[in-house]
Amino acid sequence: MITFTNVTKMYGDNVGLENVSVDIEKGDFVFLVGPSGAGKSTFIKLILKELDADAGTITVGDYDVTNLSNREVPELRSKIGIVFQDFRLLPKKTVFENVAFAMEILHRTKRQIRKRVPQILSLVGIADKADRYPQELSAGEQQRVAIARAIVNNPKVLIADEPTGNLDPVTANGIMELLDEINMTGTTVLMVTHAKDIVDRMNKRVVAIESGHIVRDEFGQYGYEEEMTAVREEVFDDE
Amino acid sequence: MNRLGYTLKQAFQQIHRNKGMSLASVFAITAMLLILGLFFVISVNVNLFTEMVKQDYDKVEIYLLDSTDRAQAQQIMDTMKDIKNVSKVEYRSKADALKIMKERWGDSGYLLDSLGDNPLPNSILVKVNTLAAANKVNSTAAKLSGVESVKYYKETVDKLTKITDFLQIAALVIMVFLVIVSIVVVSNTIKLTVFARSREISIMKYIGATNWFVRGPFLVEGILIGLFSSLVSAGITYLIYGKIVDAIGSKVMTILSSPLVPAGYLSVNLIIIFVAMGVSIGACGSIISMRKFLNT
Repeated sequence: MITFTNVTKMYGDNVGLENVSVDIEKGDFVFLVGPSGAGKSTFIKLILKELDADAGTITVGDYDVTNLSNREVPELRSKIGIVFQDFRLLPKKTVFENVAFAMEILHRTKRQIRKRVPQILSLVGIADKADRYPQELSAGEQQRVAIARAIVNNPKVLIADEPTGNLDPVTANGIMELLDEINMTGTTVLMVTHAKDIVDRMNKRVVAIESGHIVRDEFGQYGYEEEMTAVREEVFDDE
Repeated sequence: MNRLGYTLKQAFQQIHRNKGMSLASVFAITAMLLILGLFFVISVNVNLFTEMVKQDYDKVEIYLLDSTDRAQAQQIMDTMKDIKNVSKVEYRSKADALKIMKERWGDSGYLLDSLGDNPLPNSILVKVNTLAAANKVNSTAAKLSGVESVKYYKETVDKLTKITDFLQIAALVIMVFLVIVSIVVVSNTIKLTVFARSREISIMKYIGATNWFVRGPFLVEGILIGLFSSLVSAGITYLIYGKIVDAIGSKVMTILSSPLVPAGYLSVNLIIIFVAMGVSIGACGSIISMRKFLNT
């Protein structure tokens, strides 16, 4: 589903990723772990073609990302669901409108939107909050809205960038259960995280990146001694 | 349809939330278009006047002294007829001249009745085929006795043509500056809305919105501002010019023997030009303001 072949990305003289090859298959659930600045952000930015690789090839589903024209980028992104640590909901839109927005972008009809959005909201467990505004919801509920928005168009891939980073452990568990359910419907999930307990408990494939190289790729444990200080790593800084 | 509705709704919302700056843009474009309107009205009228005068381009009018009798006049006419490329020579008595003038002045013709003695001279009208012939008639007639003066339209036409050309170039130069200023003002206005929504825009782009989806509402916002300004300024120009024509139109006719272009006749062109300018300024302004935000 996501394939990196000998991918290198440099920032001037600094290594972003160097000669990275990895294959994430359809239906996989993969944790992407590693210290801050190790290259996790670069990895995700390359998938979304927010950055261009200097060498190597990247494919996502049927898309050859490395050779994608700028014009085709929106189409690629519409096939990838994405969830951020800070939720990134539109504050002036209700929960329903926030989720509907992702469908409007793909020019879905009003009727399709009215049918689909309530289904998704109840799937993520916030059907009763449809008319609320994001700031009226708890952090966990906001993240559920963000997940609803990410999966409303049935993406093949869901990328979650520290989705539990701003949540307390109990709420975080709820979100992990939801991501697991989504994964079980066949959606490939790639999750960046620093949360040792979550990774250890979920027992999924773990890809560890350090200094731009993949240092470990195996099923099971988080692998670092303790939970790394979750330095808030802005993957999609828009400032 | 869904898409268009979304775009329009967003555009109106943005204008509403940003009333102050939208109004500033409207003022800037309107002021610019009013100046354009001034130039437009002046050059249309100068053009008309030039055209009117040009109709007389092939005529040389020789004014005779009152002491010149008909026989002398005939002699002058014969001399003129001998010049190459003179097509027609015609005698016009002072009485005829007055009659023609009265006709031209139309409603104001009664003013001429108060003149008492007819002050107009007898004259000989010479029609020529070429400019060279006109020059020849001019120089020959000036030397003949019994001739008071020669009125020759070439100089007038040349001067007018120069004025028209100058006006058009001046208008163009000023317009270019004004258009640039307006685009800058509009793009800054819209940039404010874009800034206010930059986070929203980045979220849209991560979800997979195309540039045109993001740009649409801002583009429509610019176009609406431009459209509104153009209609306001076309209306103002039309009203003011109409008043001017009503007030001094007949006097201009009397003095210059050429009418002002009627306001109603201008209105269609005025609206087309203004709307085209207003809409393109609005559209350019918004596209420029968005450029930097849509790179990725």
